[in-house]
Amino acid sequence: MSVMTFPFPEAASGWKLHSRGKVAMAGLIIAESAIFTIFVVAYLFYLGKSGTGPTPREVLETPVFYTACLLSSSLTIHFAAKALEGNRGRLFLGLWLLTIALGSLFLYGTGQEWRRLIYQHGLTISANLFGTTYYALVGLHAFHVTAGLLMLLIVATFSLAGRMGMKQHKRVEVLSMYWHFVDAVWVVVFTVVYVLGR
Amino acid sequence: MVGHAFASPTNIFAPMSTPAHSILDLSLFVLAITAIIFIVVSGLLLYAVVKFRTRAGDEDREPAQVYGSTQIETAWTIIPILIVVVLYLATARVIHALQDAPEPPNALDVIAIGHQYWWEFRYPKLGIVTANELHIPVSDPARPMPTFLQLLSADTDHSFWVPELAGKTDLIPNHPNRLWMDPQRTGVFLGQCAQYCGVQHAKMLLRVSVDSPDVFAAWVHDQQQPSFSDARAAAGQRVFEQTACINCHTVAGTSANGRFGPDLTHLMSRATIASGAAQNTPENLRLWIQEPDSIKPASLMPAMKLSDTDLDAVVTYMETLR
Amino acid sequence: MSTNAMTIPAGNIEGRVWVDTLHQWLTTVDHKRLGLLYIAYSLLFLLVAGVEALVIRVQLMHSHNNLVSPQVFNRMFTMHGTTMIFFVIMPVLFGFGNYLVPLMIGARDMAFPRLNAFSFWLTALGGLLLYFSFLGGSGLYGAGNAPDVGWWAYAPLTARAFSPGHSSDYWTLALLVSGFGSIATGINIIATVLCMRCPGMELSRMPLLAWLYLVMSGLVLITITPLSAAQIMLLIDRYLGGHFFDAQAGGSAVLWMHFFWIFGHPEVYILIIPAFAFMSEIVPVFSRKPIFGYPVMVAATVAIGFVSMSVWAHHMFTVGMSSTSNSFFTITSMVIAVPTGIKIFNWLGTMWGGRIQFKTPMLFSIGFLFQFLIAGLTGIMQATAPFDWQLSLSYFVVAHFHYVIVGGIMFALFAAFYYWYPKMTGRMLSEKLGTWHFWLFVIGFHLTFDVMHVTGLLGMPRRIYTYEPGRGWDTLNLLVTIGAFLQGVAILVFVANLVISYFKGERAGNDPWDAWTLEWAVSSPPPAYNFATIPVVTSRRPLWDEKHPEDPDSRYE
Repeated sequence: MSVMTFPFPEAASGWKLHSRGKVAMAGLIIAESAIFTIFVVAYLFYLGKSGTGPTPREVLETPVFYTACLLSSSLTIHFAAKALEGNRGRLFLGLWLLTIALGSLFLYGTGQEWRRLIYQHGLTISANLFGTTYYALVGLHAFHVTAGLLMLLIVATFSLAGRMGMKQHKRVEVLSMYWHFVDAVWVVVFTVVYVLGR
Repeated sequence: MVGHAFASPTNIFAPMSTPAHSILDLSLFVLAITAIIFIVVSGLLLYAVVKFRTRAGDEDREPAQVYGSTQIETAWTIIPILIVVVLYLATARVIHALQDAPEPPNALDVIAIGHQYWWEFRYPKLGIVTANELHIPVSDPARPMPTFLQLLSADTDHSFWVPELAGKTDLIPNHPNRLWMDPQRTGVFLGQCAQYCGVQHAKMLLRVSVDSPDVFAAWVHDQQQPSFSDARAAAGQRVFEQTACINCHTVAGTSANGRFGPDLTHLMSRATIASGAAQNTPENLRLWIQEPDSIKPASLMPAMKLSDTDLDAVVTYMETLR
Repeated sequence: MSTNAMTIPAGNIEGRVWVDTLHQWLTTVDHKRLGLLYIAYSLLFLLVAGVEALVIRVQLMHSHNNLVSPQVFNRMFTMHGTTMIFFVIMPVLFGFGNYLVPLMIGARDMAFPRLNAFSFWLTALGGLLLYFSFLGGSGLYGAGNAPDVGWWAYAPLTARAFSPGHSSDYWTLALLVSGFGSIATGINIIATVLCMRCPGMELSRMPLLAWLYLVMSGLVLITITPLSAAQIMLLIDRYLGGHFFDAQAGGSAVLWMHFFWIFGHPEVYILIIPAFAFMSEIVPVFSRKPIFGYPVMVAATVAIGFVSMSVWAHHMFTVGMSSTSNSFFTITSMVIAVPTGIKIFNWLGTMWGGRIQFKTPMLFSIGFLFQFLIAGLTGIMQATAPFDWQLSLSYFVVAHFHYVIVGGIMFALFAAFYYWYPKMTGRMLSEKLGTWHFWLFVIGFHLTFDVMHVTGLLGMPRRIYTYEPGRGWDTLNLLVTIGAFLQGVAILVFVANLVISYFKGERAGNDPWDAWTLEWAVSSPPPAYNFATIPVVTSRRPLWDEKHPEDPDSRYE
């Protein structure tokens, strides 16, 4: 009989498939990567084609410090997830909050840069092609950082309420996949905008 | 032969110019191959449907459960790949020949600018500006004299399509394109805009007049003249120049030099108005000026709201613009 | 095998208040109910978009007709295309996928039931938003109306200068919203297929429908998203003063085209792959043989998925790309014909040597095979770029893609309806009405779309609200219109069949077609929990092995 009916499904031994959460997050990351790719293509396509206005070389300043913040937040979130797996709740919370702080610092840095670009150099989204593509790309990324921070804050709240334990570590891993993705996107955006684009 | 089975002035199977001919030759080749594939595969389908249908008394017997066959599947992978290779080689040759054709020194240069919903034609070396009706010389295959069009757009995307003369090419703002044709027969060839460009896309018609060398030379000469000035038309010219007409229209040699609408210097040399939407008759001219929406609703020609006297005068003036 | 072990007989449910039932349906997270919601939603929009098509056809019945103004006509063809693709075909395919995938892989539900519900409601909202445009606020020239920019919304026609008011924004936002719903469903299907299969169901033992929905969902992830990105860019242009597609600032109309077609071409494979899935389940059952060449069918579909990402600019052959680019897209567009053709041959191979039963699902399947073959061949004609310089933007293209979508996908969908309706409702659809539906539709379809090819060959461009007499298009267009009405009648017969059979149809039982995949092991309709105990499988056709223990598939795989 090939369609056997088992009273205990777990008894069909050894049948282990991937975790739904990780597969779903991988799917989301693939989809988001496609969106970012299109914005990056637009940015690269329009490099040097602005008719007027400030050029990248004239106005961009490489945000080394804030980039370091964001990238090290990937480290902190990684270790936070490991800490939770090892049931070290307080270490988890500390590293988690540090991640949030580093991410927020990055956003602050982006805000600072935009302020400088708009008020000192007159680079707005409508100034020229560079303005449009720059704000769209960096803005899209910042939006994703913000969304990530919101989710991190929710988890932090649960942790402060004492509800985060070892059993939640798989979900935290899924969330940290998203955070790593946001960082990876920044590596690409950084390279395209601040390295190649000048 | 195929071309005359369906009487139509825009039949892609009735080419009269090298690009259209090359396309037809390639397309017949493609049609032949696809026809063979169709006959073979649908024949097999028909055969299977007839031969392997359930017959009475078959109900309880299941046929042999065959899961696949490596040989057969390999064969029907390799054969399509070969067909694709052959088709591709034939096609690449034609793409290159048509698109990368060098422009010979005696070619006629025309700049076509697409507007919502009319065509502007400029002949830069001849100093001619006209609209909607293109005149080009016939090309003798022994000594070809092709016309090369540079395609530009003033607003949205358009597409220049005169099926019997060439395949279509789009007019896209900020993206100049090139199209050439060498019509081998005199006559009038019809076409229209093929890329949806807004409300009146359907009435952005094309009329290409292929002229013998003498007729073409005469046409060029006439177009190069400034506008005729005729005493009868003085009143109408005054109305024309004192209302909004000159904001959009040019009449060479007068104070009217608007560029938004068609050049009217030689309006009477055209068989149609409103880019083919109506015949060029005084009645239609009158209607077009006063109530353009009755001919081409939502075109960008505004209703001029002239009094009857002014309207008559302007039409009389237009009638003198030969 | 006893059904008792698979289902727990339902107890007596006392009569429900209608509000209760409505509430159940509105808050459901059950994949079967969501599937039915998607399908019902799509049928509603099918009728709406069908009426739009009939308006188009009556207007074009003869030259210089004036049933509708050009403004209305332009809205009609824009809404017809947008509705059919995003609010008819995609939802109905997601509906069938939702219903069938968990059942066929022996799971109780999708991986994320609540996300599933969210996706449906996002799609539903998108459709309502699009149609709200008819009522939406007025703008300049009364332009606060339904979008009229064509379903591709080419720049710069969508710039504020050329599309004042909000009509284009309804197009943009409706599709952005429903696009996110589609992406979520794609993620859900992938997670379900990869993580929820019952024990023993290796990927190589999955029904082809599950495989094909997996590939389709993967495509959704990387296909819908470029459209979303382009739409965000369009919104930035229209509302934040951006210049992505602003020619005056150096922006490129062609860039929009690239982004749109990078979505647009794989999108049509997203639409056709589930149709292939239906055929791969139905043709074997009504030929009484397993699918011919299962591994190659999977490989060909995956190949189609990949190659489909490389052909997009064959929609742009007239745009003025270099000869090298045109040649590249010619070859890729021809290459994709190879795995597609292979699939047709494999279905033929399945029928070959079989014992074909001409029930309604099979009638539509045979129609599919014949028409999809023709559609593929006219596709090859257009893949040859120079030929396309004549065919593109004409009614030949319109005929081609309707051949694929109506002659191919809709026929496969009708087959799927007749095949799985018994499972979903417990009643058989009437074979008599089904036969009427089939023949009326086939005749109408061919009258319309065979003749339509000719109008294109005679130079008739697309998207024109009227045409000149003397072009030779009048009689042909009249025939096309008559065929459209015939198809309309056939659809009404179909809808009547759906409704009448729900109340009066013959009771179906678990397995009316003597089929072989897991959904036929449970009752019709299935219980809410699908399977009382999760099955364990050892071959691709678990029920075949049950019914033929002397010759199980597991021996040959």
